[in-house]
Amino acid sequence: MIVTKGAIDCDIHPAVPNARALLPHMDEYWREHMLRRGLERDNFDLSAFPVNAPINARPDWTPQKGPPGSSLSDMQQHVLNPMGTGIAICNVLHSAQAMMSEDLSAAMCRGVNNWIAAEWLDRDPRLRASILVPQHSGELAAEEIERLAGDRRFVQVLMLAMAELPPGRRQMWPIYRAAEKHGLPIGLHAGSTFRHPPSAGGWGSTLLEDYISYAQGMAGALNSLLSEGVFQKFPDLKVVLIESGVTWLPAAMWRINKTWRGVRSEVPWVNKLPADIFRERVRLTAQPLDAPPGAGGLEAVLDQLGSDEMLLFASDYPHWHYDGDDAVPPGIPAAMLRKMMIDNALATYPRLRAA
Amino acid sequence: MNVTLRETRIETPGRQHMGFVDCDVHPFFRTPADFDPFLSARWREHRQTIGNRSRQGLHKGSLYPRMSPGNGMRMDSWPTDGGPPGSDLTMMREQLLDLFDVRYGMLAPLVGGAAGDRNVDFGAAMAVAVNEWQCAMFCDPEPRLKASVQITLEHEDAAIAEIEKRAGDPRFSQVNIPPRGLEPLGRRRYRKILAACAASGFPISLHLGGTSGHASTGGGWPSFYHEEHPSYVQSMQTLVASLVCEGVFDEIPDLKVVLVEGGFAWMPALGWRMDKTWKRLRAEAPLAKAPSEYMREHFWVTTQPMEEPERADDMLQTIEWIGPERVMFSTDYPHWDQDDPRYAFKVKLSDDWARLIYRENALALYRLD
Amino acid sequence: MASRHVVAAADEIPPGGRKIVTVRGRQIGVFNIRGEFFALINTCPHQGAKLCEGAILSQLVSNSPGEYGLTRHGEMLRCPWHCWEFDIRTGQSWCEPNDFKARTFNVTVEAGDTLAKGPFQAETVPVMVERSYVVVEM
Repeated sequence: MIVTKGAIDCDIHPAVPNARALLPHMDEYWREHMLRRGLERDNFDLSAFPVNAPINARPDWTPQKGPPGSSLSDMQQHVLNPMGTGIAICNVLHSAQAMMSEDLSAAMCRGVNNWIAAEWLDRDPRLRASILVPQHSGELAAEEIERLAGDRRFVQVLMLAMAELPPGRRQMWPIYRAAEKHGLPIGLHAGSTFRHPPSAGGWGSTLLEDYISYAQGMAGALNSLLSEGVFQKFPDLKVVLIESGVTWLPAAMWRINKTWRGVRSEVPWVNKLPADIFRERVRLTAQPLDAPPGAGGLEAVLDQLGSDEMLLFASDYPHWHYDGDDAVPPGIPAAMLRKMMIDNALATYPRLRAA
Repeated sequence: MNVTLRETRIETPGRQHMGFVDCDVHPFFRTPADFDPFLSARWREHRQTIGNRSRQGLHKGSLYPRMSPGNGMRMDSWPTDGGPPGSDLTMMREQLLDLFDVRYGMLAPLVGGAAGDRNVDFGAAMAVAVNEWQCAMFCDPEPRLKASVQITLEHEDAAIAEIEKRAGDPRFSQVNIPPRGLEPLGRRRYRKILAACAASGFPISLHLGGTSGHASTGGGWPSFYHEEHPSYVQSMQTLVASLVCEGVFDEIPDLKVVLVEGGFAWMPALGWRMDKTWKRLRAEAPLAKAPSEYMREHFWVTTQPMEEPERADDMLQTIEWIGPERVMFSTDYPHWDQDDPRYAFKVKLSDDWARLIYRENALALYRLD
Repeated sequence: MASRHVVAAADEIPPGGRKIVTVRGRQIGVFNIRGEFFALINTCPHQGAKLCEGAILSQLVSNSPGEYGLTRHGEMLRCPWHCWEFDIRTGQSWCEPNDFKARTFNVTVEAGDTLAKGPFQAETVPVMVERSYVVVEM
């Protein structure tokens, strides 16, 4: 796979095999606390990503034991080695970010972050990771960012796109302050902690409907960051929308642009066309890529973005969005493709450049 | 120095902008007491003392106030007699129906609060009252206007009774259901109501809005109207996904759905995403066809508020993807963000497409003429 | 060939006031901002609304979220429909347009300004006061 050789994979999912694996990576209080409550027996999977759902578990990537993505040697054999990956950014999907108690959430996030450093980053120099944070506590999240900022293998702060508050809200600003200070983009990953139904339309029945809604969730999250002035307040902050599907973005930009022209006076700090702000500050991983059928369709949609610097390559391993080695979605124009595989990631994640 | 960047001299409508079907027109009451003649004594008193209570903290009005008075009305549509925009039929004729020789105007009364009232018996009574009021104040004196049947989803018997009562009445064109409800419309509990709509020959119109009590976005409550306005699209998308994924159209093949005031440029990407995701999760949602096929067969969209692509021509591609036979022109008179038929499209439509979008799609769907 | 037209006596339009008149078949709005007169064609460049009948407002500015400032008191005109804001003095709109061509225009944020000026513009008309009459040139 010439095109993926040396590429930067911006979304790969190591899975915590079980909660017991986190215990050695927690301090003695929380280790005992977990055991007291029997929490080491639970899985802490996100209901937004049921581990065995076909879309989350490509059959030939599903091990005999443990959840897909829980084995480093599998990951190396399945994607890193065959693709010739240069760097892969690990985003752990885990309910540590969903637990209601801020302190428990923070403790479990610490556990996951320590675990990923020891079990993954220490064992394969190609790997980098995002910092899991308790996103409903701006303060505790900032503390966790500060704690890990010195380890430059942590390159991003991970949040779920849909949680308790829209991400632009001022309560979240300590997170952005800390992230900006340390050159860490905010990774908003598709999905939800389901504090709320996927929209004001209420709770649907199926994972299918939920998964579809993750794209809408991104649009709401993006408009929140914009409207609340996060891009003004934190001028060096970049945001990566991970696993969003991408093709929803042009229509959302058009709609937000239009609203802004008439409603600007409510948010007077938004002093530029929203689409221009997004082009400067927002990036998207390109797996999955919800492409139109037929030749040329995808190129037409991507052209509507108005920038070839927004897309970031990702395998989204072990989620099932492609078969065989076809990790790069077909139909992406050549010029965009070159930038997508390496350059855009280097420009987005400053820490990837550091020696 | 004068810089004219576009031709601003069109002041009278041209032939191509006349005679359309306006698929979204908003009638208003002069005062809430306008509904009293259509309410029993018990509900009159309830209206006057308790009033409509929906799932929000503010009793009347929006927690996300609009940017212009009257909860977001165009500033030049205030009648001189003191009523709100949309309450004066004479002005509606001057500014819309006669000005453009409108063929038909499909009413979407966002008044009365019937659908969202927590007291479902009051809601059912208000639904009937608003239906009667539409006829008395608008459709009877002005036959170009067509009413939409108001119902309360959460009172199944009353909803079905009202739908069946209005079936066959040519003054009514569709059943109006707000997209923001307790549960998405594809959920089993609403199936009988949807079946009644189809059996009565009514499309359902999902006019954006409603107060469900659920946060406006899946990530919680936004701060600003700047966010609230586009967030309506998200609940509409939820409903499209729900109706499709729950197999409603396999069960009720005659059901037709109009998405009103949600814009439409988001439709193609939703279809692609639904198809792609469904490929992996078919076992969970065993549908007879791909989701985008249901979208093409069962959904129509109204044009307002028309998205404004950065390159105007991209609009043509969007319409091509949706299918020009599914797009129906609407003004949203008299709201602030209404579209004027002369200027709404920033790109020239072919004659065929203009015919379909301005007239024929709506005439066919609503079986007018 | 432009000609001059008397549209009002100067004291007919007090400061903060306006008058809509028709000149050579076109409606224009004449505005008095603290003794200076300006005129705009009464058509919004967005969708043709009667721009000059919109609210006369101040400019809202902000350097940072949560900070709100008012400047240019009474110098901004807001379209009665989609609420686009225009500078009465210049006709300049304060938002970017959706016109792809306009993207090739030079849009700069000048020092001291907090908004990007869009090249989308309402049509202005030259106005002068002569012997206490307001005169436009069209």
